[in-house]
Order: sequence, then C-alpha cells, then structure tokens
Amino acid sequence: MTTPAISLKGIRKRFGDLEVLKGISLDAAEGDVISILGASGSGKSTLLRCINLLEVADAGDVVIGGEAIAWKPKRDGGREAADRAQVERMRARLGMVFQNFNLWSHMTVLENVIEAPVHVQKRPKAEAIAEAEALLDKVGIADKRNHYPAHLSGGQQQRAAIARALAMHPRVMLFDEPTSALDPELVGEVLRVMRALAYEGRTMLVVTHEIGFAREVSDRVLFLHQGVIEADGRPDEIFTAPKSDRLRQFLARTMPA
Amino acid sequence: MDLVFLADTFVTLLGGVPLLLQLTAISVSVGAVLAVLLALMRLSGNPLLDYPARGYVFVFRGTPLLVQIFLIYYGLGQFPEIRQSVAWPFLRQPYWCAMLALTLNTTAYATEIIRGGILSVPFGQIEAARACGMSRLLIFRRIILPQGLRTALPAYGNEIILMTRATALASVITLMEVTGIASKLVSETFRAIEVFACAGAIYLIINFLISRAIALAERRLSPQLAAPPAAPEPAR
Amino acid sequence: MGYFELMGFGPKGWGLLLAQATLMTIAVSVTAFAIGAVLGGLLAWARLAGGRGIGIAAETYVTVLRGIPDLLVIYLLYFGGSSVLTSVMRWLGNDGFVGVNAFAAGAIAVGIISAAYQSEVYRGAFGAVAKGEIEAARAVGMGRMLMFRRILAPQILRFAIPGLGNVWQLALKESALISVVGLTEILRQAQVGAGSTRQPFVFFITAALLYLLLSTVSGWGFNRAEAAAMRGVRRA
Ligand SMILES: Nc1ncnc2c1ncn2[C@@H]1O[C@H](COP(=O)(O)OP(=O)(O)OP(=O)(O)O)[C@@H](O)[C@H]1O
Ligand SMILES: [Mg+2]
Repeated sequence: MTTPAISLKGIRKRFGDLEVLKGISLDAAEGDVISILGASGSGKSTLLRCINLLEVADAGDVVIGGEAIAWKPKRDGGREAADRAQVERMRARLGMVFQNFNLWSHMTVLENVIEAPVHVQKRPKAEAIAEAEALLDKVGIADKRNHYPAHLSGGQQQRAAIARALAMHPRVMLFDEPTSALDPELVGEVLRVMRALAYEGRTMLVVTHEIGFAREVSDRVLFLHQGVIEADGRPDEIFTAPKSDRLRQFLARTMPA
Repeated sequence: MDLVFLADTFVTLLGGVPLLLQLTAISVSVGAVLAVLLALMRLSGNPLLDYPARGYVFVFRGTPLLVQIFLIYYGLGQFPEIRQSVAWPFLRQPYWCAMLALTLNTTAYATEIIRGGILSVPFGQIEAARACGMSRLLIFRRIILPQGLRTALPAYGNEIILMTRATALASVITLMEVTGIASKLVSETFRAIEVFACAGAIYLIINFLISRAIALAERRLSPQLAAPPAAPEPAR
Repeated sequence: MGYFELMGFGPKGWGLLLAQATLMTIAVSVTAFAIGAVLGGLLAWARLAGGRGIGIAAETYVTVLRGIPDLLVIYLLYFGGSSVLTSVMRWLGNDGFVGVNAFAAGAIAVGIISAAYQSEVYRGAFGAVAKGEIEAARAVGMGRMLMFRRILAPQILRFAIPGLGNVWQLALKESALISVVGLTEILRQAQVGAGSTRQPFVFFITAALLYLLLSTVSGWGFNRAEAAAMRGVRRA
C-alpha cells in the first residue's frame, strides 16, 4: 500500500471545557477528494486547522506524506510542535483556502500568489510570476492580476486565494467552507474551479455545506457529529442510503427539498 | 509694522531650522526603530518582555519632556561613574542630551502608535501566511509590518509634528534652534511679540510641509485604497 | 543625608516646599484646563454651528495652536505681555519694566493651547451623539437651547470624558514649561533644590515621580468618571 497523503490518528482537541474533537482517525490517499459535512460547531474547521497546525491537537498524530509531526510537552501540561521548521515545511505542502479568503490586502492579486513561492520556497521570481499568471488564468481572473483584493468581488477573491494556495504545489488542498461567505450568485464560479481541481486528480479535503458539490465530486464523504466521525463512505452510501439517524436528520435539514 | 525688522528676524531665525530638523529627524528615526522593538515586546505575550516595555511607556508618557531633559542634562552628571564613563563626552553636551531625551520620549509615544497599527492587521491574514508555511519573522516582515506601519502613518505624522514642536525645549538647555535664537533676539531687541510671532510662523510652515508630505506618503503607500486600475488589461 | 531625609518634612528636608510646589502645579493646571474648557467649548460651537467666516477662524486657531511649540506660546504671553504692559505704563508716564504675573501668563498660555485640543474633543463627542436622538428631540418640539441643555450637552460631556482625560494630562505636563518664566511649581522647585544641594538627579527624579503620581491619580479619576458616565451605554 502506498503512503497516505494525510494520516490522522486519534486526534483530540478541547477548548477549555468543550471537547471539540474526540479522537478522529483518517487516512486520505493520494488523489482522494474527501468532503467533510457536519452541523455548525461540530468541529469541521478545527479538524482542518489541526491538520495544518493552525491548532495544536491535544493528543493524536498528524502524519503528512509519511512524515509525522514531532511534539514536545509544554510547561502548562499541553503540547506543541517540537520543531517550528518542520511545521513550516509541512504547511508549505498543504494549501489552505479559508472561508473569508484572507488575501493580504496590501498586495495585488499577483503579489499574493507569488509571495510564498518566492519567500518561502525561494523560487526564482520570474518563474513564480509565469506560473502565477498561468494559475490566475486557470481560475479565470488573469485580467485582475494587478488589482488589490479590496477591488475584487468575493468570488474573485476566493479564486485568487485558491490560486495562491496552488502556487505552492501543495500535495493536499484543504478547503474550509470556501463558498459560505459568498453571495449565492458567486458560489458557482468558485465551485467550478474546485470541480476542475478535483477532476485533475488533486488530493482535496473540503469542508462544505454544498451537498450537491460533495455528492458530485467526492470519492468519500465524512459526517462529523459532536467531535466524532459519525459516518464515512462513498457519496451514494452517504446520500442515498444513510445508515446513521443523525446523518439522516442532518441531510433532511440541509438537502434542498 | 516694521517690515524690515520682521524680514531680518525671519532670516535670522531660519538659521535655527537645520538644528531643529536634525533634532526631529534623528530622534524620530531612531525612536521609530526602538518603538518597533518595544511594540513587539508589548505584543510578545511574555510578561518578562511586556511589563518592562509597559513600564517604559508609562514613565515616559507620564512625565513632562522638560523633566526628562533636565534629568539627562543636569541629573546624570551627579554621578562620578557617569562622568568617568565613555558616554560622558556625549552626555555633557546639550546637543546629545536633547537628542537622547527627545528620542526616548518619542519612542514611548511611537510604541503605542505602532502597537495599534500592528493590532489592526486582520488575524485571518496572519493565519493565511502561517498556512503558507511562512516563518514568524517572514510574516512580521512581509505581512504585519507593511500593513501595520501604513495604518499607523496618520498617527505617526501627528507624532512627528509634535516632535518638531518639542525640539523647542532644547533651547532651555542652551541649544540655538529656532526658539533659542528667538529668545536671544528678544533679550537684545525687547520686541517679544514680533520675534516670537516670526518663530511661530516658521514652525507653522515646517509643520504644514510635514503634514503635506505625510499625506502624500499615505496616498503612495495605500494603492489598495485608490481606485482600481482603469482599463482591464489584456491577459497575457 | 538619606533620600527620605532630604525629601522629608524635617528641618533640612525639602518636603514642604515640594508639596507646595505640587499644589502650585495642580492650581495652574486646573486653571489652564478650565480656561481651555470655556474657550474650547466656544471654538467647537463656532466650528459646528457658526457661519463660514467664524468656522474658518476657529479652525485656523486650532491649526496654529497645534502647530507651534507650547514653549513659544508661554514666551509670547509672558514676554509679549510684559512688553505691552511696559509700553502702556510708559505711555501713562510710568517708566521702568513691568512684568506680567507668571501664574497668569502661564495659565492663559497653557489654557489657550488646551482650548485647541479640547475643541477637537468636543467636536468628536458631538459627532458621537446619535443623530436619531437629535431628530427625536426636534420631533417632540424642543427648541435649540432646550435641546442643547437637555439632550446634547450631557451626552457630549459623557462621550468627551476619555478625550478630556488625555487633554488634561497634556495640560499637566505642559504646566512644567511655566517653570521657565519663574513660576515655582514642581519643576522650578526641583531646579532650586538641585542647585542648592548639588544633587540634581535626586531632585529631578523626585519631580518625575510627582508628575507620575499626579497623572496616575487623575487618570484613575477620569476612568472612574467615564465608568460612571457610561452607565446605560452599550459598547462594542
Ligand atoms: N479558538 C477557539 N477557542 C474556543 N472555542 C473554539 C475555538 N475555535 C472553535 N471553538 C469552538 O469549537 C467548536 C467547533 O468549532 P469549529 O469552528 O470547528 O466548528 P465548525 O464545524 O467548523 O462549524 P461551522 O460550520 O460553523 O464553521 C465550536 O463550538 C466553537 O465555538
Ligand atoms: Mg467552520
């Protein structure tokens, strides 16, 4: 068996008294498109953020491309990553797309896209620019490359953010509700780009409320409920014959009638 | 009104402008660097760094600049250790004492201004940088500092103007900048109103120019606030 | 002689003199702040409600007073005032130099500077009063005076408290500059002590501590006032 792109083992995370993740294990194979569903507050964002270490899981292992994150204990009893350089290296292998785009507002679209390739990966600037332009073309905003984020629509900003993440040549793309901050008429243009990425064979973890999208492009769907994976299966298993009651209730509430 | 006298006075007072500008420029630029360090200490989350920086700001903002100048110029000489140290050739000169006091003073005010600027950078943008694998130093240099400084610029402009006003206090320890020259002229001519009004005009002109320069810099540094590029460029 | 003996209230101590000087600092700062409140209120009113000409005049006043050194304003009033008085007396047939009272000149100088800052605070506070409340007052048929007295003034004052706290601290620190024209407030008294004991550092540090004490206590007072005034106002 080949090494999974991402492998989580027994991830736990609590915020104060609230235990948000109660032992999540998950292997994502190279090329998998995995959608993560779940009610608001079920811990979907927290799970993604534990993968790229924006949050530090209290227990469990995070293995990316076969390399496990090394931990060390903290004085207050918790733990943190032992080696900051390792964390930075791992993060550079994961592309993250946020709900609120989080483009750097003092840089143009092009500058946003080449920032990490040039300054983190130390690639030649000319090469980074050429590639960035190709990526912007691919997400359909090549004409906006010299605009600042403030001058773009939400959908355009999110597509720029996707290009920014792709520019790092990530092994896995993480999407955290990339369309839920968008006006309904702008959702389609972002989903179109994501669909194209899925069909290219990219490894993707997508937290989403877009059931239709999850159904169409995912190889696998996870349903998170109260910090555990309540259901895990192919889209047809999840959507046409849900076994769990909680999943059925969730789908009844979110599926368009 | 005696126009010839006014013109003469004005020209004489202009002789103090280079010193005024020197005191302002050096104290403000050194103060800016120190202030970035202190602001970082304030924001470090480490009490061993935070509290000393807090204390510094509290003391220098809570006492009059003139007290600070006297403390450095007259006070330090009380100690034989200082009089025998390598710093003494500097600390015995009013020029360096004024410079030191102005620098320490503006550092305290600028620390709070820069801290505010840094805090204004949206957290999501910092997270995005982290998610790209940027190191803390790189995030600070490329994402936080440029945006923080830009946000802080209007307040910083005000601080620079306050500093040009503050340089007048250097005249109290004998420095011949604009106010120093004016006092000397008054003691010679007894025409206090004309001379001091002339001096005031010089400060007003300088501060007007500074505020224009700051406004210009603000516009130059904030392309994202300007109108978007007019015509859509053809995609290459 | 130890520090506490030197600064104490014993026969050789400077305690009593410094305490009196502290009262003088408080007196001159409060007087200046009060002058600034009246004048600043008028300026704010002129800029908000006055005609075009009056508005521009008020704005110029604020720009000028914020652009020239505070020390220069003190010199202008003290020496300028003295020379005016002297010529008036000469005209009345009374030869010789007549000096202005240092307290009066200093308080007025710091007061007219404070007015410039206070007018900005009042203007900002007026802007914070919800427009809807003004319309509501109009809708129930309140006249301009009644509306100002019952609706606007209490709210402006309440929103102005934090800004006024800052302006008060400025006046407190600027009062130290009045020492240069001979008013025996904290800094002047410290200079005298420094000269006669040859212990300048000790005296200027003590002066600094007294200013810190005054600014901390008054800062605490303003916070209390703000908390009391903000009851019933929800803040983000
Ligand atoms: N930094 C934090 N500090 C404290 N509590 C947090 C923090 N981050 C998340 N939580 C809590 O953890 C729980 C899970 O949050 P999370 O953001 O992972 O949910 P989610 O499934 O992504 O929900 P949504 O669909 O609304 O985005 C929520 O109850 C949230 O309030
Ligand atoms: Mg979420």
